[in-house]
Order: sequence, then C-alpha cells, then structure tokens
Amino acid sequence: LVFTEEDKYGLYSNLLFKYFLAEGVLCGHDLFVASAKEHPDNILKELPAPLLDDTYRNGLGEEAAVKSEDFQDSMKIAWRYQNLPKMEASPTTSTKFGHYYDVSKTMSPELFESIKWHSFFLPEELSLQPQMKTCNMNSAYARLLQSIQRIIYQERFDGSDPQKKQKNILRIGIQSLGSMLWGDDICSSDTPEDTHSLTKFLYVLRGLLRKSLSACIITVPAHLIQNKAIMERVTNLSDTVVGLESFIGSERETNPLYKDYHGLVHVHQIPRLNSLICDVSDTKDLAFRLKRKLFTIERLHLPPDLSDTVSRASKQDLAESAKLLSSGCGAMAIGKKHLDF
Amino acid sequence: QGKFTLLRDTRTDGSFLVHHFLSFYLRAGCKVCFVALLQSFSHYNIVAQKLGVSLTAAKERGQLVFFEGLKSCLDLLFGEEEEQSEQPSPLQFISESTSDLKALFDFVRMSLTPSGSDSWKGPMLLVDDLSVLLSLGTTPVAVLDFIHYCRVVVCSQLKGNIVVLVHSNEDSEDEENELVVNSLCHHSDLILWVEGLATGFCKDVHGEIKIIKRLSLELTGEQDHVQIYQYKIQDKNVTFFARGLSAAVL
Repeated sequence: LVFTEEDKYGLYSNLLFKYFLAEGVLCGHDLFVASAKEHPDNILKELPAPLLDDTYRNGLGEEAAVKSEDFQDSMKIAWRYQNLPKMEASPTTSTKFGHYYDVSKTMSPELFESIKWHSFFLPEELSLQPQMKTCNMNSAYARLLQSIQRIIYQERFDGSDPQKKQKNILRIGIQSLGSMLWGDDICSSDTPEDTHSLTKFLYVLRGLLRKSLSACIITVPAHLIQNKAIMERVTNLSDTVVGLESFIGSERETNPLYKDYHGLVHVHQIPRLNSLICDVSDTKDLAFRLKRKLFTIERLHLPPDLSDTVSRASKQDLAESAKLLSSGCGAMAIGKKHLDF
Repeated sequence: QGKFTLLRDTRTDGSFLVHHFLSFYLRAGCKVCFVALLQSFSHYNIVAQKLGVSLTAAKERGQLVFFEGLKSCLDLLFGEEEEQSEQPSPLQFISESTSDLKALFDFVRMSLTPSGSDSWKGPMLLVDDLSVLLSLGTTPVAVLDFIHYCRVVVCSQLKGNIVVLVHSNEDSEDEENELVVNSLCHHSDLILWVEGLATGFCKDVHGEIKIIKRLSLELTGEQDHVQIYQYKIQDKNVTFFARGLSAAVL
C-alpha cells in the first residue's frame, strides 16, 4: 500500500499517480482507477507515453518476472523507491526496472486494448448503488471498498480459482482520498465528525491487498488534514509512505540550493515485508524535477559553492539542509563555517 | 511467569522484536495466542522460517493460535451472513456501535484456556500491534480494559506471559495513543523501547533499544534498571552492541 502525500497544488502527485497507472498498462496489469473529482476515463487519457520503442518488449519480460514473484498471496509494493537507481543511471543500462515515460505526450489508445480496466467515479456511483453495510464508515469509502472487493472476487485476483493459469496483478489507484469530495471532513475541520473512517478504510483495503495479487497507490492531500493524529495512524497502516513537497509558492523556490529542482521527495516509511530488514538505500534526501519531457527523482546534492562570500544567501535554510544531507559533505563544511564567529 | 512485557517503538519499526518473541516462545514449548492485526500470516511465517521456526507446523499441532486481523475484518465486512451468525467475530466492534473489545477478549481466553489434551508449558499472548485498534474505532479505555482483562486471565490465573507492541512518537498529536502507551508503561514489568537514532538515519546502526526492568513495581525499594544498547538488523539476526561501539566504528 503506497501512500503518497500530495504536494500543495497536486501537480506532481498527479504525475506520480499517472506513472503508476502507465506502468501498469505497459506491464499488462489490470487497472482500477478511483477518483471523486476527475472522471477516470479522463485520467487514463492523460497517461504519459512510454519513451523508448523497446520498452514494450521489456515490459513483457517484466511481466513474467513479476508473476513468478507474486505466486504467494502477498502483495507487491514499494515501486517508486525501487525505481530510484533506475532514474539515476542512464537509460541504456542493462538492469531495467519499469519504464521511462515522456511526459509531453499521452499514451496511445492501442496500448490500452490489451488490458482490462475498471473505474470508480464517485459522483456516478452515488446515484447507482443502494446502501451497503457501512460499519460506521463514510459511505463513499464503503462503496469504494465494495467495488474493489467485487472486482477482486470477480476477476479472481484473490487466487480463489486454481484453474486460472494466467495470474495477473491488479493495480489500484485512488486519487485524493480524504478530501472533501469523498464526503470526509478531515481536511476541513480540526475536530472532524468521524475520525475513524479513513483509517478503517485503509485497514480494510490493506486486508484486501494482502489477500490478493494487487498493489495500490493512494494520494492524499495531507497538507489539508488538520488532525495530525490521523496522519500518524495512516502512516502506521501503510507499507510505503512518500511525501512530495513542491517548491511552488514557497520560499524554497528562490533558494539557490534548490534551483535545479522542483521539489523534494520525503520517504517517510518503506515496507518491511517478509523479512526482518528492509531495503534501505544510502541516502534519504531525494528531490524531483520536471523537465519538458522527463520527470526524474534524484539524490539531492548541492552545486559547488563558487561564490566569493563565505556564506550563502539564506543561512537558516542552509543550516536546515545541512541537517538533512547525510551524504553531501560539501554542505556540512559550509554549515560549520557559520559556527565560527 | 505472569509477566507483562511492553514493546514500544518510536521513529522506527520494532516488529523485529515481535518476530523474536514469537519464535522464542514457540521454541520454548509454550502455547501461544498471536493476535496479528497488521500483517498477514505469510509475512510472519516467512520471517519465522528464517529464524528457525515453522508457524504452519505450530498451528497444526495446536501450539499456535493465530488470529489474522486483516482476514477477520474482511470476513466480517464481506462475508456471507450464515457464516457470521455461527460465531461472533472477534473484531465485531468494527461493525457494531459498541466499542468494547469483549469479543476479542473472549477469543483470547478461549484459545489459551488449556484443554485436557494440552501438554504445553505456560500460555502466552502476543499482540501486534495495539495502536491499530485505536485506528479502528475503539476508545483508549476499551483498549486498556481489554489488556486488563487479558492480564487477569493470562498472567494471574494461567500464570502465562503477555507481550504487546505499541507505537509511540515524541510530540505525537495522537493523544489517545499516548494515553494508552503511558498507561501501559506504568503497568508493565518489562519495557523494551526501540528508538530510531536521534541524529537521523544510519546504515550500520538501525536504532537504539532501551531495556527497562520495572523493579520499582516489586516494592523492594529498588529503582528501575535501565540498559541501553544499539542494534543492527540483519537478514536472520539482530546484533546488539554498546552505544557507540558498532562494528562500523571500531
């Protein structure tokens, strides 16, 4: 269960969301897209196109590898974090995981034809289905769970049909969960009426994911949620938690430290599944940037300090970033200079 | 015998302790009731195999009663009506309006009460993790009541042990959770507090563990005995060392 905290204007988290779905298309996975504000058809029309021609061929290879991994009923998660080395190396290296995408083009409809996709658009669902057993949960969440469970059961993702030879994976994408469009008021008030709907929803979703061959990404406007206790609980209930902080409109936009990047990626939690240890990489400071065609996530590193003055423009930010950087030795040295009075 | 151990983690994941205690008690021959609320059975099984214990075998011979919270919750919400009426689900507080954990307690009591043919040494209750119950809609008082009832049955009556994992955070805004954690700390015989390093992430030292033996509870006038170690988790093992003496430094 990959939980993404949206950046303020939702631009980049939307991009990540689409990447997840696009990857699913190229790997031949089934898709389930749920949203309350944008019709899933529109979301799917805007998926980025794959970059290289041979990625489709690689995609088939990935599919075979992925299927054998998921033979047990455990779920597949932690995609973006594993993607990190791929992003840094040049696209021609032999160890490829996933695909590259060209953000300026949209995916052609032929690629969709081979996969099956399901959608859940809240305004439509509200008018159709009758009430189900809600268990004191927000009814929009309850319907979404019902819908997911139905697809898992019908399409046999839960391994209930031993006859089915081809096992496939369901990629679930849920956009802007917890926002007011889902009927939840945790984003608008400090003391929401029902503090448990979102966490109950996540718990049941976790159960569904564990029981079936599926992976899920959820984006949440975390900056709007006033009650931090909910965010803590949600973090405990998810496998991977990634936060995106974009520099738009914040003071960091003009900070020379960050001039090459559009935002930071905070990895709050990575999964520790089926093992005592987790896959921890060397550095935890990641930044992203959106170039005309490519969206990349890289390690945060400072450009060399070539100015004449000892200190940089904003001392406070520098001290902050000196704390953040675990691998940038340049920053540490500069940070210490401020301590020499 | 009859001890209550609290596993507490802050800024890091203390579940390696859960795996340890699970395999430890199974190897010791105790009857274990494991209330696993956050992960699936296969997760624990795979790790336990690395530690040398087979959970499926333990389940089959009746030594392990494994309650898989995620699965039970799904059965409750999506299950057929006839199945549910036979036995009340231990998690029925999710769907009912009552927030007490009586059904869960009954489940624990029934699994650990020795039947005639049992030959296991001492019962043991393991919970992973308690903080999830608050996310599911119970009140802190209900959680504390549940633990209290379990202690009465498991520790006092059956002379068994209880090990419970909770999450906590400094400056946590989750007051309900902090209430539960603080209250449990006061009542525990042994606290294993796992913390991430205050200086941030490090590859060789994954965290620090504080072992607090609550000698002050025994009314002998002694203070609590605190030991602090740092640790590094490996694939099949966890190595502990004194602070500042990790292998990378020496």
